[in-house]
Amino acid sequence: MTEQSSSKSEVPLIVEMRGIVKRFPGVLANDHVDFKLLHGEIHGLLGENGAGKSTLMNVLAGLYRQEAGTIFVNGEPKVFSSPRDAIQAGIGMVHQHFMLVPSQTVTENILLGLDDPRFFLRLPEYDAKVAALGERFGLKVDPRAKIWQLSVGEQQRVEILKMLYRGVDVLIMDEPTAVLAPQEIEGLFVTLRAMIAQGKSVIFISHKLQEVSAIADRVSVLRRGVCTASGVPSKGVSRQELARLMVGREVVFSIDKKPSNPQGVVLEVNDIYAENDKGLPALRGVSLNVRAGEIVGVAGVAGNGQSEISQVISGMRQCKQGQVLLNGDKVSNRNTLFGIQHGMAYVPEDRTHVGSAPNLSITDNVIMKNYRKPPISHNGLLDMKAATRLANELKTAYDIIVPSVSTPVRLLSGGNLQRVILAREISGLPAFMVAVQPTRGLDVGAIEGVQRLLLAQREAGAAVLLISEELEELLSLSDRIYVIYEGKIMGEVKVEGGETDEGLVDVIGQMMTGTPLDQIQKEGAVAQ
Amino acid sequence: MDFTIILQAGIASGTVLLFATIGELFAERSGVMNLGVEGMMLIGAMSAFSTTIATGNPWLGVIVAMLFAGLISQIHAFIVITLQADQVVSGLSLTFLGVGISLVLGEGLSKAGTVSLLPNFSIPLLTLIPIIGKIFFTNQSILVYFGYLLVPLSWYYINRTRPGLHLRAVGEYPSATDALGINVFRMRYFYVFVGGMLAGLAGATISLAVSPGWFSELTTGGQGWIAIGLVIFAQWDPIRAAVGAYAFGALRRLILDIQGPLVLFGLANPFYYNPYLGFFLQMLPYLFTVVVLVIGSREAMRKRIGAPAALGNPYIRGERGK
Amino acid sequence: MTESTTVKQKMPFRIRIEPRLSEPPAWYPALVSFGALIVALVLGGILITLSGGDALRSYQHIAKASFGDIGVISDTIVKATPIILAALACSVAFRMKLWNIGAEGQFIMGAFGASAIVLIPVLPADTSRWVFIPVMMIAGMAAGAIWGFIPGYLKAKFNVNEIISTLMLNYVAVAWVNFWIFGVWTEGGFQMSPKFPNGASLPRLLELSKTFPAVRGLTTHLGLLIGIIAAIVLWFIIFRSRWGYEIRLIGDNPRAAQYAGINITQNTIWVMMLSGALAGLGGMSEIAGVVHRLQTAPIAAGYGFTGIIVAWLAKLNPLAIIFVSILFGALILAGREIQPSGVPKMIQGIILVCLIASDFLLRYRIIISRGEE
Repeated sequence: MTEQSSSKSEVPLIVEMRGIVKRFPGVLANDHVDFKLLHGEIHGLLGENGAGKSTLMNVLAGLYRQEAGTIFVNGEPKVFSSPRDAIQAGIGMVHQHFMLVPSQTVTENILLGLDDPRFFLRLPEYDAKVAALGERFGLKVDPRAKIWQLSVGEQQRVEILKMLYRGVDVLIMDEPTAVLAPQEIEGLFVTLRAMIAQGKSVIFISHKLQEVSAIADRVSVLRRGVCTASGVPSKGVSRQELARLMVGREVVFSIDKKPSNPQGVVLEVNDIYAENDKGLPALRGVSLNVRAGEIVGVAGVAGNGQSEISQVISGMRQCKQGQVLLNGDKVSNRNTLFGIQHGMAYVPEDRTHVGSAPNLSITDNVIMKNYRKPPISHNGLLDMKAATRLANELKTAYDIIVPSVSTPVRLLSGGNLQRVILAREISGLPAFMVAVQPTRGLDVGAIEGVQRLLLAQREAGAAVLLISEELEELLSLSDRIYVIYEGKIMGEVKVEGGETDEGLVDVIGQMMTGTPLDQIQKEGAVAQ
Repeated sequence: MDFTIILQAGIASGTVLLFATIGELFAERSGVMNLGVEGMMLIGAMSAFSTTIATGNPWLGVIVAMLFAGLISQIHAFIVITLQADQVVSGLSLTFLGVGISLVLGEGLSKAGTVSLLPNFSIPLLTLIPIIGKIFFTNQSILVYFGYLLVPLSWYYINRTRPGLHLRAVGEYPSATDALGINVFRMRYFYVFVGGMLAGLAGATISLAVSPGWFSELTTGGQGWIAIGLVIFAQWDPIRAAVGAYAFGALRRLILDIQGPLVLFGLANPFYYNPYLGFFLQMLPYLFTVVVLVIGSREAMRKRIGAPAALGNPYIRGERGK
Repeated sequence: MTESTTVKQKMPFRIRIEPRLSEPPAWYPALVSFGALIVALVLGGILITLSGGDALRSYQHIAKASFGDIGVISDTIVKATPIILAALACSVAFRMKLWNIGAEGQFIMGAFGASAIVLIPVLPADTSRWVFIPVMMIAGMAAGAIWGFIPGYLKAKFNVNEIISTLMLNYVAVAWVNFWIFGVWTEGGFQMSPKFPNGASLPRLLELSKTFPAVRGLTTHLGLLIGIIAAIVLWFIIFRSRWGYEIRLIGDNPRAAQYAGINITQNTIWVMMLSGALAGLGGMSEIAGVVHRLQTAPIAAGYGFTGIIVAWLAKLNPLAIIFVSILFGALILAGREIQPSGVPKMIQGIILVCLIASDFLLRYRIIISRGEE
């Protein structure tokens, strides 16, 4: 019966997935999903965060095993019990988080798991092979370099090389542009097209509409584990249509925002320099300020120093130079306690590893910032009744859906956990709040809830610094936006009235790729 | 006192630490910390000695020691790799178990008579090298010579072979290694087994070569723990491990020998005339381990080199969001 | 198109292992621990049988020799007393994920510190009990705390692995005490100090036998009360104090603790000192309640190591530690007469192994269903 799967169109199907079901505890990630990949195409796989795109592709790449459904490669049914099986069938995946061993060289990473060399490594011989392969596909990288010495873009090239070296015909790219600057994205697209020209096929996973319409020949869309569009030619479908397929309703971004009424400066960051965890410079002279009653955004491609800014401000990272003032008091290079005691709230990027204690109860988690003072503690002793009361109040006020406040927070969903953290941070009535990626990984309803909470803070007169990689979110919430690139502020723009302005997006985009604002303005003046 | 004789004996005693340290180094490189070295060494020492008594063949003793200790190590492997339990607690419990089992099975062994030991011999020509020849190549146990081979082989295996490449990858980034078709679980079981076998060999080296006999817990006297400390000092490198192990072996010998002579450096030997001062000498290896740890930890912090990144963490396959 | 290839396995039973998404009921962990204990005893029995012993008789003997009559129950409690304090010491450090394996050494140093009051002597031999005992307690705790401070400081300042450093200090503590009882306080060249005066010993139940004849011969001493009070105080510190909250937070997630403004460096040192002080108090109680002289063998008898198992079996809960300690007191007491002599140690090891393995059942559900889905 296999002829049916390969005979319909003139271009042969290289991969077909039929009726794939994959369940995780508590979630149905893929619900009878069908997927077809033609030979020699770039196939965009669209969907929101958590729609099941990566899960589906992890099944195809042999990393997960489906509960039901069948995979055909070139018409043959296949069972993959490991990624190795998938690679043998010609299917390789480049994951969003690179799977490279930092302490090893490029060649060593590429040779990992292969049968050749058999025992002795003989690296110089293989360095030459890797270099030649890179040449062929326009993927330039030094085979002898250690991974930790490479930039993110170079690491991605190593990942692609790793798959090409294994001779895969189908390359799955999971959100490949999330970590790249726009020029690098262009470079990636060139590479992908070169691969198509040499007979490969590509699956391109993304949640960004523009990119998919720019690169893909055909598009499939997933929504909450269900396939809502399968193999639609990308030229024949409008972005609005795709967006509706992705989220299930017309995308209208209209959060009511009152006009801003900023008061005095609350947070002042003066020319700070700091290093990242690897000891490399991450911030090079960042200055910005936030006034009471406004939300100030920080935009930028991931990994340009955003995390480090929030860490220096909150006191979790030392800075080499410069200082951070909170209402005139120096908070940088002190401990986190000083900021907490002077009205700073911090919603960290990493909710499970920084923002919460997973095995402790909700009650223990909500008193993290205020356990030092009444009513939670008196003379060094905790008042557990008062703490439980507070936790129950917050549970009601912030819609935390959980049977009891004694539940350990590791059992909460992402959205509920974020509400616990926001409840804790906001209930301290902060004068200043820094929030990093507060909506990442949440579902649509939860995102709106979190955004409303941030706006409520602004209305209440707090100063809010919002660090996000979602430009739309920044545009709809912020009053001003700073753009950061390689640890430097490229410029600052005002957001008027909440309407999205094409010109504004364009300017921000240019700054995100490393053009300072004054240069953009100068060129703009020349052009006019 | 003849220092070359002390060093010669020190190399032999350091060989015990060397085997245990390299064994633990392999296990840790794969991402599994096994604190049960002391217990596995005791198992090895006991089973080597009792097998040799029973069969008269010390080689059989060595093999049984390695297999038994390797087998015991698989309990730890099962608990931390398959059941994903805390490696620290499991390793500790393995020590208890190893000590207990070796005491039970070693009951009465201390009264056993002499056994045939592993052969000692000199290496012709190499003994002619001044000082070095005397220290390293004269009348040493065959296991000492095996130790000399083990160090460069381990280094080469880890850094220049395909399985070594996989070993390094498993300890640094298990999920990436798994994605390329390397069985992380099997590799970790295997290297924990290797660690167990080498710990067993270390035990056999004590009871059949360095200080023959079975003296219950005193047979190892905490050397298993020193070995774990040495792995940190060695920064997971076999060559540095060898330097540390031999230095410690020499120190242990020095402490034993310094109490003997009446005169030390032209003065009356205080350790001879006041034997209780010897207790301070006994503290030295343990204090020295702490000092070595301080040095190793500071260096690691400064150079930003550290343990294999995945050391101590269970590998859970197919977890969401990974 | 039929279902040609699927991944369903054709087996009469399907075994699935899933992470738990909700908390198991409160009785469940206790049941699992109890089950692990039974499995451990069975495995231990098999090993005893294999090495030529009679398992059933050994266990019967343990039960009779430790709970057979009021006299041996009292002896069991005497054995449990040092274990309680050593286990409390381990539990507070483990709670913060500080692997203090040095309760043994801190225990020994506590015994040394308390003895020093008598042997130097700091207080004259005819001092009243009411002065002697508190001073010895303070000295024992101080000595234990110092022995905890060293690895705590090294961990906090230089990131020195505390497992190794605490363990090394155990050996140093033994050598240190040996030096004093051989070289300075020896009684006639033997490896022990002279016997302590009456004022330096903890009151025992048998002293009340004039008023209550029933307690005649019972050696249970005040150390038990000290241990119980210490357990209650520690429970209060951990679950009802600000400091205890900080300890729990650091133990669960140090980065979250840093985020909450908690000084981890300082807490590492303080918790190691508290841990050392508790173990030191155990050493004091043993020396003043049972041994009545400074002597290495009865002090370095492995109470610190048993404390590790007890703390883990009690899930680090100070109150549960009291009961688990009594169980282990029984094992040690009865074990003295069991041949071969390593049996109690081996059983302890097996119990710990089984307990750790059983934790898997707390984190995962194992679902066995019939046939295919």
